[in-house]
Order: sequence, then structure tokens, then C-alpha cells
Amino acid sequence: MTNETINQGEPDDMAIAPRIEGRSAAVAPADAKPILEVDGLRMYFPVRSPGLIRRTVGHVQAVDGVSFQVAEATSLGLVGESGCGKSTTGRLITRLYEPTAGAIRFEGQDITHAKAGELKPLRREIQMIFQDPYTSLNPRQTVGSIVGAPLAIHKVLPKDKILPRVQELLEVVGLNPEHYNRYPHEFSGGQRQRIGIARALTLQPKLLVADEPVSALDVSIQAQVVNLLQDIQTEFGVAFLFIAHDLAIVRHFCPEIAVMYLGKIVEIGDRESIYTNAHHPYTQALLSAVPDVKQAATGGRMERIRLQGDVPSPINPPSGCRFRTRCPIAQEICARHEPPLLQIGRKHKVACHFPGRLGEAPREPLTAGLLGVDSEGRPDPGASPSTDLVEQPGYADTWFDLDNKSIGRA
Amino acid sequence: MSTTSLSTAGTAASSSGPLLSVRELQVHFPTQDGVVKAVNGLTFDLEAGKTLGIVGESGSGKSVSSMAIMGLHRGTNAKVSGEIELAGVNLLDISADEMRRKRGRDVSMIFQDPLSAMHPYYTVGNQIAEAYRVHHSVSRKIAKQRAVEMLDRVGIPTPDKRVNDYPHQFSGGMRQRAMIAMGLINDPGLLIADEPTTALDVTVQAQILDLLQDLQREFNSAVIIITHDLGVVAEMADDVLVMYAGRAVEHGPCKEILTHPEMPYTWGLLSSVPDLSGDTGARLVPIPGNPPSLLNPPSGCAFHPRCAHRDKVPGDLCRTELPLLVPGQRGAHHTKRCHLPNPDAIYATEVLPEIAPDLVGGAGEDGAEELR
Amino acid sequence: MLAYVIRRVFAGVIMLIVMSIVTFALFFLTPIDQESFICGKNCSAAQKKETAAAMGYDDSFINQWSDFAKGVVVGRDFPDDPKLRETAPQTIVRCDAPCLGYSRERGDTVTNLIKDTFPVSFSLAVAAFILWMAGGILFGVLAALKKGTFIDRGVVGLSLIGFAFPTFFVGLLLYKFVAIQWGLTEIPRYTSIAEGGIGGWLSGLTLPAITLCLFFMAAYVRMTRSYVIESFQEDYVRTARAKGLPERTVTFKHALRAALTPIVTMAGLDFAGLMGGAIITESVFNYPGMGKLAVLASSDFDLPTTVGLVILLAAFVIMANIVVDLLYAVIDPRVRLG
Repeated sequence: MTNETINQGEPDDMAIAPRIEGRSAAVAPADAKPILEVDGLRMYFPVRSPGLIRRTVGHVQAVDGVSFQVAEATSLGLVGESGCGKSTTGRLITRLYEPTAGAIRFEGQDITHAKAGELKPLRREIQMIFQDPYTSLNPRQTVGSIVGAPLAIHKVLPKDKILPRVQELLEVVGLNPEHYNRYPHEFSGGQRQRIGIARALTLQPKLLVADEPVSALDVSIQAQVVNLLQDIQTEFGVAFLFIAHDLAIVRHFCPEIAVMYLGKIVEIGDRESIYTNAHHPYTQALLSAVPDVKQAATGGRMERIRLQGDVPSPINPPSGCRFRTRCPIAQEICARHEPPLLQIGRKHKVACHFPGRLGEAPREPLTAGLLGVDSEGRPDPGASPSTDLVEQPGYADTWFDLDNKSIGRA
Repeated sequence: MSTTSLSTAGTAASSSGPLLSVRELQVHFPTQDGVVKAVNGLTFDLEAGKTLGIVGESGSGKSVSSMAIMGLHRGTNAKVSGEIELAGVNLLDISADEMRRKRGRDVSMIFQDPLSAMHPYYTVGNQIAEAYRVHHSVSRKIAKQRAVEMLDRVGIPTPDKRVNDYPHQFSGGMRQRAMIAMGLINDPGLLIADEPTTALDVTVQAQILDLLQDLQREFNSAVIIITHDLGVVAEMADDVLVMYAGRAVEHGPCKEILTHPEMPYTWGLLSSVPDLSGDTGARLVPIPGNPPSLLNPPSGCAFHPRCAHRDKVPGDLCRTELPLLVPGQRGAHHTKRCHLPNPDAIYATEVLPEIAPDLVGGAGEDGAEELR
Repeated sequence: MLAYVIRRVFAGVIMLIVMSIVTFALFFLTPIDQESFICGKNCSAAQKKETAAAMGYDDSFINQWSDFAKGVVVGRDFPDDPKLRETAPQTIVRCDAPCLGYSRERGDTVTNLIKDTFPVSFSLAVAAFILWMAGGILFGVLAALKKGTFIDRGVVGLSLIGFAFPTFFVGLLLYKFVAIQWGLTEIPRYTSIAEGGIGGWLSGLTLPAITLCLFFMAAYVRMTRSYVIESFQEDYVRTARAKGLPERTVTFKHALRAALTPIVTMAGLDFAGLMGGAIITESVFNYPGMGKLAVLASSDFDLPTTVGLVILLAAFVIMANIVVDLLYAVIDPRVRLG
């Protein structure tokens, strides 16, 4: 077994994709066509009262007005802490749930409320990779039937063609194709995740929703799987919605990242904007909390922002800005008004009344004028709310350039 | 990290030898298929007030060895041998009852998943007070008062109310705080934290690591932190012990190990995780293959089937001969278990450019300067 | 908590009503026509019709069920015929609430029949329940604590035998040897407490209760053993040990409490099921209980008695379910405090 497993580990690192291709996959193609568009997506789960008649007494606002685009053959990372709604978003897109409101458009087709029959072709195009390679595979099925099941269900191939295709897929994910008749328990965690990936690839999907695909794996195995996913993207042109809590892996994998907090996107932008130019205090706090190996070499770490307390309940989220209860720079306006998601760069949007680099947040809320209120958030009779604050899934050609206090243009 | 207070604590204790001294620890589990050698000849020292980070993947033996220090293999079929000396007493020699009296008082442990580590049917306060009452003959009321104090100390808001809550009513971070309160209520000399933040979110992880450091300073406990995350080690540890397949493969001061690792497995660990400032165009360099079976470990160096550098060792040494854990080129404080004759040169020319091109030349040497 | 109780009881009542409708419907749809049974084989079609009318069998299903439901709440007369009440009141049987019907075959109201048989079945179930719970948990825990040893293997082996032997065989064996051949006990005969005092009641119950409990005890030994072994693997048991608690406290306060919770759940339902399910034991020992009554009623096509028993036993199970859920909420704060 030992020798075999090693042989399986190597191909994806050495053979399949030359280094240069890996490099190109990690960069967002300029103005690629969006394959997935999510617009104002909401998912409210009802909460029932414990009384005699089980009335609905509230809602868990798991996802509350999320908009983004995923371009063809590229990756969008969704990061955030547990309970921020990132996994629910993934499940909405694969339509494991039906959204409460908003729209999901896949290749221009509205799939928000698609019925079971309409979903079947969709399931070929959008596949999911799960976190736990131990529970997401049926222990009583051979690897061959797990990977081949989608082919049989969708009647894509005649029965006798399924096995060769399965073996081909196993080879693609770096497993020995002769092992198609083994059972999941005969494989290690990393190999099982490869099986899950092979299953997801079976129908040649255009979009893969990967929900924490490596967090259950050992560190040395994580890198193998991340590399495999990158190779798959380069080779087959698959788009990824990459959901993870590990900021470093998301940075490595995704040219564009959305940071979620309590069901909302607080900041979204390309890699550079989020990781070196974050303007939202939550993004900054998340980044500063990541333990840094290099501090041993560079001496000292970057100042850590200590967030107080826990994430509030999504049943009864704070008024105004949801992050304000833990925010180091929150002011009165934050309790009164929800900050709009403002575009502040070519590919950078942030939802904060006081957006700015760490330590450079403005004193006065930048959004007061747009919302037609004074700096404390009270209605300002002299100002009228701006009408063009409707959030769009993509990016506009013009934005608020915070550094030059002007309107930026593409 | 406040190095000053830690080093004073260190010198104070070093006059009377290390607090914990583990010698040739072996933990073997006989099974139907053969003996699983989970820990094989582990040796290390830990001084009071210091932190040792044990790094390794699942099956490396890091948790099993900490369970051995806690004496939690007693009563199972595990065969534990060697020496575990805590404050001058060999824990493997004393009776089960003597060991029990030390558990929770002289050495205590916090676990990875605080939800499953707490009993769902008893209140948090009850469980913390229980840990106090078992080692102190005090009334329930006083023990509960102690529990409230400890909850307050670990940063639980309104502790006098939350003390009556059940674990499921706490958030993940608060549960781990409560576990820490339980672990420290008897002011133990040694605290073992087994992946204490793996199940937590990153901002909560930061809170818990900060809290552990504060409390360590306050209680002057020695801490063993077991983790797979080198970032956590970099934040917390004074010394690092890298384990692979039941053996220590590299051991030394934290900064030394992270800046001048000499064992290809440690290189692999460093190169396989991306960090927040690396080149995103570069591919991750994983360790090929899978962790070995402990039932039937590879011959020679257990890492040789996954090692990319074994061709640099003359002959078939890696496959035939188990390398000893001996000082490498960087002095007696830094030991490694590897046949490579010139690991520093290989690291500088082949590995470092892959994982941290910005550190090649200059920065690495500065680190070395500071150490001396 | 109170709201929870009320909700559960409310749901239970609704479920019972639905149950009774379903039971009624099933029997209404059976091809056996009651009137030919009552009237006899040589009845003419006209006579049959008359009988059916007199008995109310020609009425619609809804009316029959609502008559039954009315009987349960306020009681009813058999036959419910105002003319007959004036002319021959002595032929009318008054069935007081809760009235579950009137059995022609047995010439008595079902309520009375159950009143006679219920104490027998209940005594038997309680005695067996106490025996099997005590034995099952005791031996189960013992086997789990001594896992892998001679004691464990012995207990598991014996329980396998207990599990495998059919109840009627065990019953006959005990009856033949213990009571008759060796004369260790008296011939088991049901004696109420009023008749023979607690001693007489107990001695009459001993052999049937042992017979009945063996199967359950065997099952509970195995179940307890696996739950306890499982609970010793729990992280919180490791935490308890890591605190330095003595092994006794670890076992009883931490491991067993969690392990026994699911057993309480099972036990409640098994007990309720046993009320009418001790058919074989009651037959072997000739015990006049509800199980025996059910056997007789179904072999005579005595529909009113069968329906009455089915509904009553269903009520027991529903009640036991509520009690078990409440008990669970008391034991487990996660259920209580959500």
C-alpha cells in the first residue's frame, strides 16, 4: 500500500501541469464572461416558537443580500468565520436550498426557483466538493460506482463506456485507475478527497462549488489537493466558488475574494485589494489574526487587532452595520444605517461607513452624503439620498477613489 | 511575546533542572495485526514557564505522547515505557492512584474540540468546580466561587451567571475558555494543549492564543502545545519538536527550527502551506504520498519514501539505516534525524527560494545573529 | 417546559383520535360481516338486515365512529334503541364512559373486559420490567467495565442464549420443571393483591415474569454494554479522567449517565408494548391478561373487543412516548434548553 500511495501522490505534482500553466490559472483573466451571477441572494430559515402553536417567531438570516459574479474558468473565494453564511451560499448555488429572495443566474439562465426537472441538467454543470472525505462517500459502494454514478444517472454514456471513463478520471485526480473496484475505507483521507473530486468532475461541470475542500486534511496533503484543483482548472477551464476559512489558501487559489460577516459581504475585490489594501475593519482583523510562520524569520509580527466577544446571533443581528458590535472604529451612524457596498477601486468594493487602510480610517463617515444623513446618521434635511446605491453583482466602470477624493474611471 | 519574563522564569527553574523530562518514551499498542508503534523513543526536556510546540500530522504520535504524560494510557492495553519525570518524579513508576492525584493538579490538559470535551449534562460551573474539589477538600459553594473567579479570569462576561449555563449554551470560543479555566484552576506546573484552536475560527483562535500566553505568564506554567499549524507554533513556542511516524525528527529553539530547518520533512511542512504574503503564482510544494502506517513503518528513515532529497545521501543509507537524532551543523541545541550531510546548503539553495524567495540571503542570517 | 408538556399531550390526543379512526376504518373494511356472526348461519337475508340495523352495523362509517367516540366520552347504551328502552329496558346494556364498545361474544362491555384483564397484564409487565431493567443494566454495565475478560464473554454468551430461546419454550420449561417436576414454586396462577396479599401476588407472578423478562433482559444487556463501551470513548470521559477524578466517579457520574439515557427511551416504549404483547407468556401460564384476551377476540372475530384493545394499547404507547420524551428533557439539558 505504501508504495502505491506514493506513486499516486506524485503525478499531479510532477507531470500533469507544468509550472507556467499553474501560474496562469492563478491570475484572473481580464473581463472574462461571468458564468455565475448572484444578485441580492437571501436565505432566511424560519425559527419556530416553542409554544403550543409553533408559530414562526423569527428567521435565521443566514444569507442576507449577497451579490457577486464568478467569471468563466476563474475562482472566487468566499471567506469568513463559521456562521457567516458562506456554506449556505454554496448550497444555494447548487440549489440544495431554494433561496428566499434574490436571483442566481447560471450562464444567463435564471435558476433561482428552478423545479426539480429543470435542475437535472443543471446538476451536470454545477458540482460540489465537500469538506469531509470520510462522510461524503458511501462506504458500501466501490470507487468505480461512486465516480461513475453520475454518468449512469444522466445516461451520458452507454454502460460499457462508463468504466474506461471512470479510470480516466481516477488517473486525472492522481489515483491508480486499477483501484476502481476498491471501497472508500481502503483509501487515506487525501485520496478520498481525490475520489470526491473525481466524482465532481465526472460530468465535466463548468462550475465547482468547493466547500472547505482541504480543511479536513493533513497539511502535507492539503497542498497536494490544492495543486490538483489548480491543475483541473487549467486543464478543463472549470470555474470555482471556493469556500474556506483559511485565508492563506484562499489567497493562493482565488484571484478574487469576498469576505462575509453575518450573512453579508463586507468586502469584495481582487486579491491585491483584499490582502494588501483591505479597507474594512473586519477584513483587517481577520488578516491580522492569522498566525504567521514567517514572523520567526522576520522578527515580530504585525500588530494584531483584537476583536472582542463573539459573532452575534443571525436571528437577531445588530441594527445598521452588523459588524459594529465588535468593530474598533464604530460610531453612531453605524447603528443607524447599514453601510452600502461602495466600489472604491477598479475591482474593490467595501461596505463600511469609515473605509480606510489600517489606521487610516476617515473620521467622518464617507457614506453620510450618499445616504442623505448627517455624520451621526440622523436624517439631514439638506441632503437627499443618492439613488444609484443599488448593489450590482459585478463592478462598475467608475468608482470612488478614496485616495484622490475623486471619481475613478476604468 | 514577552521574552524577558519568560527567560527569567526559565533561569529560575533551570537551577533545579527541567520541570518535565521525557526519556526514550515508547507507547506501543498491540493489535491483532501487530504492534502499532505510536511513539518510539521520544526524548525532550521542558523548563517551567516555557512553551514547547510539538508539530506533526495525524498519526505522528504527538497526541499519544501527551496522553502518556497525563497517564491516560493506564488501564488500556497500551505498553508505555521509558521515563517521564515531572518535578523529579517518574510518572511511569508511581501507582495509578498517585498518578490520578497528579492529574489535573500538577499536569492538566485541554483538548481540541471543547464541545465534545465537556459533559453535555452538567453545567460548565459544575464541571470546573469538580476539577477543583477533587484536589481540594472544600465545600461546593467555595469550589463554585473558585469556578466563577476562573471564568472571570479567562474572560467570560458575567461569569456569575454563565457559571450555571450548560456547555451547549456557550459559543465555541467561550467553551475553550472554560476548558482553559478548568485546566488552570489547580495552578498546574504543566499544561498540555492538544490542538486547542484547531476547531475555532481565526479571530477566536487569536483570542485563545493571547489568553494562553497571558495566563502562562501569570501562572508560570510550562506549556506543551500540540498543533499541525506552524503559524501557531511561531506565535507560541520557545522550543519546537517535529514528530514523524512516532519519532522526533527535529528539535530545537522555535526561531532556529523555523529559520534554519535541517530535516526535509520540516521543509515539506513549511513549503506545503501558503502564507499571506507569498507569491501566488508559485505552486505549493506538497510532500508527496501519505503518512506511513505505524503498524509497518518504512525501513530506515521513516520519511524516506516521501523524501525528495534522499538521492543526495550516499548509498542506500536512508532506506537501510535509521538516522540518529543528533546535532546538525548549527550547534548542540538543534538536533535532527536525517542522513543529509549538508542540509543547510540544500535548504538555502533549493528550499528557501521555493517557500520564501524574499528571505533568501540577508534576512535568514539576521535571524541567526539574533539567536546568538 | 409546561408549554412543551401541553403541546406533547395535545399532539398525543390528536394522534389517538387519528389512530382510532384508522383502526375503525380497517375493521369497517374487513370482508367479514358482523351480522351473520350474530345472527347465525341459517339467517335469511332479511333477518341479517334486521340484525345489522339493530346493531347499528348498517350505519355509515362516520356515524359508527362518532357513536364510538361519543361512547368514550359520555358512555352509550347497547343497543341504542329508544323503542326498546321503553318496551324492554332489561335487554339494554348500559356502558358507562369511557365506553370502548360491547362484545356480543363475551356478553360484556369491552371496558369491563379490560378492567378484568388489565391488572393481570400490568402486574406481569411491571414485574418483568423491573427484573429486566435491573438485570439488563447491571450485567450490561458489568460486561462493559470488564470488556474482553471472561466475565464479559460469559455475560454476552448467556444473553445470546436468552435472546435465542423462544419465549414459549422457556415458559414451558420453567412451568414443567420448576413448578411441576421440582415443585420449587407453586403452580403459577394469577392472584390479585386483594386476594392473596403482596406475597401471593408476587409468588404467582414469579415464573411468568421471569419467562417474559429473559428475552428483554438479553437485549438490554447487549444494548447497555455497547452504549457504555461507546460512552467510555467519549471525549468528556477523557476530560473527566484528565481532571484526576477517581475511576468510580468517571464511571458513574460521567460515563454511565450519558450511556443510560437512550436506554430509558427504549425501556419506556418496550414497557408500553409489553402491556398487550405478553401473548405467549399469558397463554403458556394461562394468565387471564389482555394478551390472551386479544388472542381470543381475534380468533372469534370479536371486533369490538379487538378494536377496543388496539386503541387502548395505542394509547399506552403514545403515553409512554410522551413520558419518555419528558424524561429525556429532564435528563438532557440540550433538549430542555434547546
